[in-house]
Amino acid sequence: MEQQLRTMLDIGGWFEIVINWLTANFDGLFDAIRELVNAVLVSFQGILTFPHPYIMVGLFAALAFWRAGIGIGIFTLLGMFLIHIMGFWEVTMDTLALVITSVVIALVIGVPVGILAAKSDLAERIVRPVLDFMQTLPAFVYLIPAVLFFQLGAVPGVIATLIFSLPPAVRLTSLGIRQVPKEIREAATSFGSTPRQMLFKAELPVALPTIMAGVNQTIMLALSMVVIAGMIGAGGLGNEVLKGITQLKIGLGFESGISIVILAIFLDRVTQSLANPKGRKS
Amino acid sequence: MSILEVRNLYKVFGPSPSRAFTLLEKGASKEEILKKTGNTVGINNASFSVEKQETFVIMGLSGSGKSTVIRCLNRLIEPTRGQVLIDGEDIMKMSKAQLLETRRKKLSMVFQQFALLPHRTVLGNAEYGLELSGVPKQERQQKAMQALEQVGLKGYEQQYPSELSGGMQQRVGLARALANGPEILLMDEAFSALDPLIRTQMQDELLELQATLQKTIIFITHDLDEALKIGDRIAIMKDGEVVQIGTPEQILTKPADEYVRAFVQNVDRTKVITVSAIMRKAPTVALYKEGPKAAIRKMENERMSIIYALDNERKLQGIVTIDDAIRLVRERKDDLTPVVANNIFTTTPDTAIGNLLGTALETSQPIAVLDENGRLAGIVDRASILGELSKTMDEEELPVPLADQLEEESTPNQKED
Repeated sequence: MEQQLRTMLDIGGWFEIVINWLTANFDGLFDAIRELVNAVLVSFQGILTFPHPYIMVGLFAALAFWRAGIGIGIFTLLGMFLIHIMGFWEVTMDTLALVITSVVIALVIGVPVGILAAKSDLAERIVRPVLDFMQTLPAFVYLIPAVLFFQLGAVPGVIATLIFSLPPAVRLTSLGIRQVPKEIREAATSFGSTPRQMLFKAELPVALPTIMAGVNQTIMLALSMVVIAGMIGAGGLGNEVLKGITQLKIGLGFESGISIVILAIFLDRVTQSLANPKGRKS
Repeated sequence: MSILEVRNLYKVFGPSPSRAFTLLEKGASKEEILKKTGNTVGINNASFSVEKQETFVIMGLSGSGKSTVIRCLNRLIEPTRGQVLIDGEDIMKMSKAQLLETRRKKLSMVFQQFALLPHRTVLGNAEYGLELSGVPKQERQQKAMQALEQVGLKGYEQQYPSELSGGMQQRVGLARALANGPEILLMDEAFSALDPLIRTQMQDELLELQATLQKTIIFITHDLDEALKIGDRIAIMKDGEVVQIGTPEQILTKPADEYVRAFVQNVDRTKVITVSAIMRKAPTVALYKEGPKAAIRKMENERMSIIYALDNERKLQGIVTIDDAIRLVRERKDDLTPVVANNIFTTTPDTAIGNLLGTALETSQPIAVLDENGRLAGIVDRASILGELSKTMDEEELPVPLADQLEEESTPNQKED
């Protein structure tokens, strides 16, 4: 009986059939997506690696100093310099380009979906389980179809990262807009807002700190995922970590791990400061 | 014509308003309707009209429907039935574009929790309404600055709301409403979130501002003292119905029902009842036309020992006592002028009677009431002030005659509880 039911349902089998059908029939679409994502990725890589590392270290440190204060500024200066000295500059920039590409795409998709979910209860009800699914399904599971659709390399890495890091962007956008005080909405309406003015002049700006907290979460999740994406040849620091594990090079693993931590702290502090712009402490 | 008129306004919240209406027509109460149909009656047949440049206060406790009423005036809440006429135009029948135009040009609202945009500066908030209407930047900033100046916020333009105190934030809210140049200001519990001291100050400033701006103000409050202080007229609401509409004095002196009576019982009447409510006519004599004999006759008729002497323009010159008048008759003199004394106090009709108490205790003469042209409008004496104040005394607290007190003490065991 159980055996029969198992053969009848065969979820794994169905999943394979769907994936095979998609690869067979939407090859052109996936190719187009791959080209597009690759173009974005390559241009970010180009921008980040074009100047001399010292110039970039200085720029990062200045950005950290401006947004997060002197402490993080000094930390960034020393940390980034250390990465360069250890010889990880190129791969770190590759990783950063992967993160930026994934996050940009995640926000382009996530923020509008979040707005939709905030405006419509139906949309929220549909979106929520999809997000739960995306967040809890082990990352390795969608690495495989990502490779099938987009072949090995950086693009499936970006796609897998995107899937993993998109949910907080949607959730916190929706939350931020739903949390806009009723009186502010009423004020916007009473002064004659059109629906468009309501969104762009009241709801989004008021929700911005919450949305930026979502951006911060998205970036941090993306960073954790691009490391795993090293397994499918996404390159960057993930690749170095993987080498360290598979070839038992403890030193290499540790050094690349340190680089990831430095990058993570820099990204976190800088984007956290975006969530608390000056002059609007509640 | 009234600038704003509300006719038979109803708002029913809930799944089946029409069922609620059937019950309402049968005279069912709010609770019955909630129990039977699950609908909440927010406003039940409210009608009132507001005159141009009037400050109209809608007062009621929480749940009375006052906040719903004010939101129906600009359709933040859609009324279920009824009409809201602004300048004779029914806001219920307006198209989307007309409604937007009305909200932008004619009505501005001030909110209890200020509802300022935290990401904008004070100036940015003040120009918000004009920005929505597409007014060019320079013009709207100029108007916003003007409005900020009116509310006393000059120099704070570049601050953020979070850097200001509650009172200051509400000034920004007021400036934002004024910058649009609306005919009607809707103020929803505008001062309720402020500290008592700041609240009083804001009330005073609103009154001052209103004296120069002459807007039509519809002010919602749950605070009767505030209503009495600000309102030219007050509508009292209870359970979604308008129970009484009247001037502060009418509400205090002639409460429509027990609810209003209970409400106004604890009001400090000395601050609300004005001289005009208790003054009476005074005997007068025309200084340059009438002589001592006429004065004496008039005093005898009124049973008064003094008479008020007026000049040809009926302006008050002073008083003549009956003794002086009799002396003049004895001395066979016809001119009253030498005996006119000016050792009396004067006041105006709209002074609150509390302000007279000290003077009334000092002087034995009635206080003369002069209108804005210095003409005698009437007089107020000590007895009429005390009489008015004693109207609301709690009977159980009144002094007891000593005889009754002694009698009660001699029979201590006859109480039944």
